[in-house]
Amino acid sequence: MSVRTLPLLFLNLGGEMLYILDQRLRAQNIPGDKARKVLNDIISTMFNRKFMEELFKPQELYSKKALRTVYDRLAHASIMRLNQASMDKLYDLMTMAFKYQVLLCPRPRDVLLVTFNHLDAIKGFIQDSPTILHQVDETFRQLTETYGGLSAGEFQMIRQTLLSFFQDLHIRVSIFLKDRVQNSNGRFVLPVSGPVPWGTEVPGLIRMFNRKGEEVRKAEFKHGGNYVAAPKEGSFELYGDRVLKLGTNMYSVNRPVETHMSGASKNLASQTQESIAPNPLAKEELNLLARLMGGMEIKKPSGPEPGFRLNLFTTDEEEEQAALTRPEELSYEVINIQATQDQQRNEELAQIMGEFEVMDQPRRITSKGDDLLAMMDEL
Amino acid sequence: MFRRERSIPLRGSAAALCNNLSVLQQRNLTHFGVVHGPSAQLLSAAPEGVPLAQRQLHAKEGAGVSSPLITQVHWCVLPDRVLLVLASHRGIQMYESDGSVMVYWHALDSGDASLVQAVFARGIAASGHFICVELLTPDTSHRHCHEPAQGQLLSAAEDTFVHIWKLSRSPESGYIEVEHCHGACVPDTQVCGARFCDPSGSSFAVTGYDLAEILRFSSM
Repeated sequence: MSVRTLPLLFLNLGGEMLYILDQRLRAQNIPGDKARKVLNDIISTMFNRKFMEELFKPQELYSKKALRTVYDRLAHASIMRLNQASMDKLYDLMTMAFKYQVLLCPRPRDVLLVTFNHLDAIKGFIQDSPTILHQVDETFRQLTETYGGLSAGEFQMIRQTLLSFFQDLHIRVSIFLKDRVQNSNGRFVLPVSGPVPWGTEVPGLIRMFNRKGEEVRKAEFKHGGNYVAAPKEGSFELYGDRVLKLGTNMYSVNRPVETHMSGASKNLASQTQESIAPNPLAKEELNLLARLMGGMEIKKPSGPEPGFRLNLFTTDEEEEQAALTRPEELSYEVINIQATQDQQRNEELAQIMGEFEVMDQPRRITSKGDDLLAMMDEL
Repeated sequence: MFRRERSIPLRGSAAALCNNLSVLQQRNLTHFGVVHGPSAQLLSAAPEGVPLAQRQLHAKEGAGVSSPLITQVHWCVLPDRVLLVLASHRGIQMYESDGSVMVYWHALDSGDASLVQAVFARGIAASGHFICVELLTPDTSHRHCHEPAQGQLLSAAEDTFVHIWKLSRSPESGYIEVEHCHGACVPDTQVCGARFCDPSGSSFAVTGYDLAEILRFSSM
């Protein structure tokens, strides 16, 4: 598996998270200045230089649980709070969206264009903050440096690593079902028509060569697909037409975000195995996580800025219902920090986690998100 | 022309790897090997695809180390025995053909190798008395899986298509010629493995990423 996959996974999932939060902030009529502050705070935390440095180090992918913990913190980097049910739904949507984008990439290298699409949109969210803009551009430069020279084979490895991470996730997303990019069984539609990947020919021709490499015969065959030539290549520059639409914002105020938590995936054996089996790497992963989050600077809100709770569902009742009916096999267990034996490491981790304590104001709103923080405080 | 036959269910879905299907014909039974991730699934089926036994095999490691991800599983038919070979990022392991006993283990030296330029094992083949395993750095990428049978070639790719080609030698020029015989679309499936199931090429099996079944086709 490729050790260069994490930055792409993190940035694209983060991008999707911002699309969804932006849509929900508007749908819930959160005042403009508050909404902007939330997005600014999250983006600024995401693209923090120290954090990016850790992220770009060659390393294995984290488990789903570990990654979920990072996004949990990221989502709470500002004055906004999310209940567990909303956080679960947010993460479901993020992962299914990026899974779709990876699967549909014409070339393995196009995952970089998808990443650039996300970054382009993120820059749109923070147009009036030159400092954060600079951070994002800096990350852009780092992406180009890390991935610009990789071969097709290395991108194929990255693609396989990503697909391995997303294996067996078949959550049905309302917007995908409506757009007919996902079937009712949770599988994505793979089109057999449209432009071929850039740099490839439309299939249907057999060419035969002699020993000297001269073409001696041609024959046509019916491929079965309905492909056309690719019009142009997407740009890998800081600014440019990416051509590819994957990774652009598919949500808008009129297209609500919904998921169906169905038992569509019949083979739950592999999924349950991941969540129940003890993770022998828990200790090592925690160290990585601590280093990563150590680079994540969460600013404490200055002044009496009141927080608010964002709901990914249309009503509070719906959110409660979702929490109660979430299938066991789809529960994202947070890292079991109590599993570690090392007292000193526990204390270090507690200190780092403690620095993330965002809320200074009293917790008037009881939320399931509090359980997560409380659990971390228990160290 | 080929038609779909009854699928064989798998306990875990197939991973997105190249050549992720191995087939072994032994007497009246057909054995299939598919990589799920950290485990390989071995199953046997009677004629007509009736599933019999199924087992999972993990690449064994030392205590306290997690199972590595398997890159390929393949049966190697040698003159006097059949061995099951598992390749992963940590090395190569060989078992008896039913996966019951490990008979050989070669660990890839990860001591000096820098993390960034990873070496891994893939590309398993048997030739005469030898088993060959390719050690790769990820610069070779191919999307088609090939399997010869009776002058026929089977190829499959992530574009959902499986194709059967006929190879022949032109009597006039002596050059190899390729003719397309049949193409089949496996809807919405990123095919990652395809093998003929018999020497005459009258039936073949297919696996796809995220799919927890082996699809079977036979000629009409």
